[in-house]
Amino acid sequence: MKLSVSNLNSHYGPAHILFDIGLEVGEGEVVALLGRNGAGKSTTFRSIVGLVALREGQILFEGKDISTAPTHEIVRSGLGYVPEERRIFTDLTVEENLEVGRQKPRPGAPQWTREKLYKLFPNLGEMKNRPGGRMSGGEQQMLTIARTLMGNPSLVLLDEPSEGLSPKIVEQMVDAILTMKKEGVSLVVSEQNLHFAKLISDRAYIIERGRICFAGTMAELDARPDIRDAHLSI
Amino acid sequence: MAFYFVQFLTGLASAASLFLVASGLSIIFGVTRIVNFAHGAFYMLGAYVAFSLTERLSGPLGFWGGIVVAALAVAVIGVLVEIVLLRRIYHAPELFQLLGTFGLTLMVEDLVVLIWGPDDLVGRRAPGFKGAVDFFGQNIPSYDLFLIALGPIVLGALWLLFQRTRWGILVRAATQDRDMVAALGVNQKWLFTSVFAVGVFLAALGGALQIPRDAVHHAMDLRIIVEVFVVVVIGGLGSILGAFVAAVLVSELNAFGILIFPTISLILVFLVMAVVLVVRPWGLFGRKEAPARRTPGLTVIPWRPLSSVERLASLVALAFAAMLPFVAGNYALTVGSEIAIFVIFAASLHFLMAVGGLASFGHAAYFGLGAYGVAFLAKMAGLPMIACLLLGPLLGAAGAAVFGAFAVQLSGVYFAMLTLAFAQIVWSIAFQWVAVTGGDNGILGLWPEKWAASPSHFYWLALGVSAFVVSVLRLITFSPFGYALRGMRDSPLRSESIGINGKRIQWTAFIIAGTTAGIGGALFAYLKGSVFPDNMGISLSVDALVMVLLGGVETVPGAIFGAIVYKALNIWLVSQTDWSKLVLGIFIVLIVVVFPKGIVGVVESIMHRRRAVAPKAAALSAKMEGAQ
Repeated sequence: MKLSVSNLNSHYGPAHILFDIGLEVGEGEVVALLGRNGAGKSTTFRSIVGLVALREGQILFEGKDISTAPTHEIVRSGLGYVPEERRIFTDLTVEENLEVGRQKPRPGAPQWTREKLYKLFPNLGEMKNRPGGRMSGGEQQMLTIARTLMGNPSLVLLDEPSEGLSPKIVEQMVDAILTMKKEGVSLVVSEQNLHFAKLISDRAYIIERGRICFAGTMAELDARPDIRDAHLSI
Repeated sequence: MAFYFVQFLTGLASAASLFLVASGLSIIFGVTRIVNFAHGAFYMLGAYVAFSLTERLSGPLGFWGGIVVAALAVAVIGVLVEIVLLRRIYHAPELFQLLGTFGLTLMVEDLVVLIWGPDDLVGRRAPGFKGAVDFFGQNIPSYDLFLIALGPIVLGALWLLFQRTRWGILVRAATQDRDMVAALGVNQKWLFTSVFAVGVFLAALGGALQIPRDAVHHAMDLRIIVEVFVVVVIGGLGSILGAFVAAVLVSELNAFGILIFPTISLILVFLVMAVVLVVRPWGLFGRKEAPARRTPGLTVIPWRPLSSVERLASLVALAFAAMLPFVAGNYALTVGSEIAIFVIFAASLHFLMAVGGLASFGHAAYFGLGAYGVAFLAKMAGLPMIACLLLGPLLGAAGAAVFGAFAVQLSGVYFAMLTLAFAQIVWSIAFQWVAVTGGDNGILGLWPEKWAASPSHFYWLALGVSAFVVSVLRLITFSPFGYALRGMRDSPLRSESIGINGKRIQWTAFIIAGTTAGIGGALFAYLKGSVFPDNMGISLSVDALVMVLLGGVETVPGAIFGAIVYKALNIWLVSQTDWSKLVLGIFIVLIVVVFPKGIVGVVESIMHRRRAVAPKAAALSAKMEGAQ
């Protein structure tokens, strides 16, 4: 197992957000985490990378327990995180944004360089010196993924990559995710868009009100329209 | 003409050190969000260490090497401070950080006297820059020319550092979004430490470079920190270019202000700062800040008015306090009067910072203005004591109305820095304008009339006024005005969206707090029989802050207990040791790190926990506190 989460509970202040979350990601697998707005997708990701202070449970990454490690150590061990809000450094240029994400190459994980990433996202290569604040939403989404890949992760948590993007950019995003998979990066992709998820993922989890309520392959999910209608808005 | 040009160059030379210190403060703030009050102390340490090194090492290499080594050595001290102290308070509300670093400043002030003695030290002249350059009959020290060149060089070097190195890029990224930088695998701890080291290095270098120009003394930290605050407020906190431009501006204003208003030269700087704040509240090169974190940031137990039992208990306590003259001697009564006066002062600051969420670092200005108001009325107009006590505080009210109008435009650390700068300006007017205020000699011979002259009568007067003021402030806290004020504190946007005129409410609160502080000052003038500029000094402002924090900033009666405990302790301490600043500094740092809820806060949360609804909720809240 690449990543194995069990009995994860998280709190924001006095509010209990996640209840006994369990999920697993195999080597080279793309797993979708589906759910409506506010279901707990982002909190799950934030808990895994240690950005939620109040978390309990076991999180194993490549067999190592990371449930109490600080964020930077988790990320340095090869677990990349792309936040939903993109969080581009708006004052920094594209090149500088990539530089912040750069980490040493890691054995057993695919290696990324600026040149390779500019090939994956050609738009970025054309605006190397543009400040992040003067880019379109789609360009920012590409930059935030590229920035995380600069850390040469073996697993990436990708939070709602298709949100707010035009259909054409979404297509590019699908290509990029499939390329990452082909290179050997495992992925967990959170999504509200079932159609998008089907194009990229092997398996899916559905999360509702902080609890996992379905786990299975995409084919199994297709066979259960009742679950789809109950937990996902289409 | 040549004279004015030379004056201009002198201003530019002064700007160099100011820029170094201010840019260091800005860099540290940008990444760590801490306004490092101890920056002035590091500047001073740089000067002292450089003095010792350049005395021992000979030759040009000894001198210049000594300057650089001094700055490096102080940077190492800064790293230790960051690791031992600051790492514990990064997540505390900003007020605690400001106060913690102020405690550090107090410790350093006493430590330099312990190590280097209380006398001014005159350093070596810089080898190669000992002479002066003749300019149309006017002399310009060549060292000044060196400093003038140094400013832009350092600005350029910092620019390169931040634009061209990986460290600089990480720092700029962290300035914008620290959590995201961590989420990309950067160890924030060491990034913060290195940033702090660079900032302290710049401050210490600024101090070390001053030794050929100025004597080294143990009060140079406060003088520079006030100027630095003014510089970063004008230039914009976090902007290095802003620090440079504002340092030049402030230094030139000082250089020419001396010519225009020789007695009150700081007025000019104040006017410029006021204009900048009106036009661009976030400074010339600064960026509009996201709304600042709320000042009280720990777990708040909801406030409620006193129950009838508690009201009765307060009356009994007051009655007991009123019996003091029957059992205690004159000295104890004088101490009692002083404590009662400081209860007024602390309660007025508590009203502003706990109810209003506006943490003032210059509240003593209004206390002192009240005292000077009494002195003017009694000495110049010859009014009777009652009239003086009633009218004197109006000077505090007037000061609060003027300064408050500017200050409430800001919030958070900007508010704190601005109030500090205002207080320092009021202080320097009292200090410099000798013809009216008597300067350092103060105004003497201000004794109460016969009916209040005996210690017991004066004690009853002070106690009565104190009880009255505290009751009125409590009434206001639980009035609709108080609710609106607390609404603004907790959520400015939501309050304004339901039709509360937020700035006006805060301005009114500022005036109320200034007036009540003035009442305390008016009584204080009669208690001491004199007024001095120190009645409005920084240390008094900080005393008030410590009282409020010691009592518990998030409780309603905290200020009263804080004032009683702190003032009694302080009076006792001063009688016991010569190093009261050192002890006080350690005390402040300990409160900030170990005891952030204060006395009443701890008592209340113990009582609250006893009454706790369900054991699970209590366990959770204990855990939350642990996580914070």
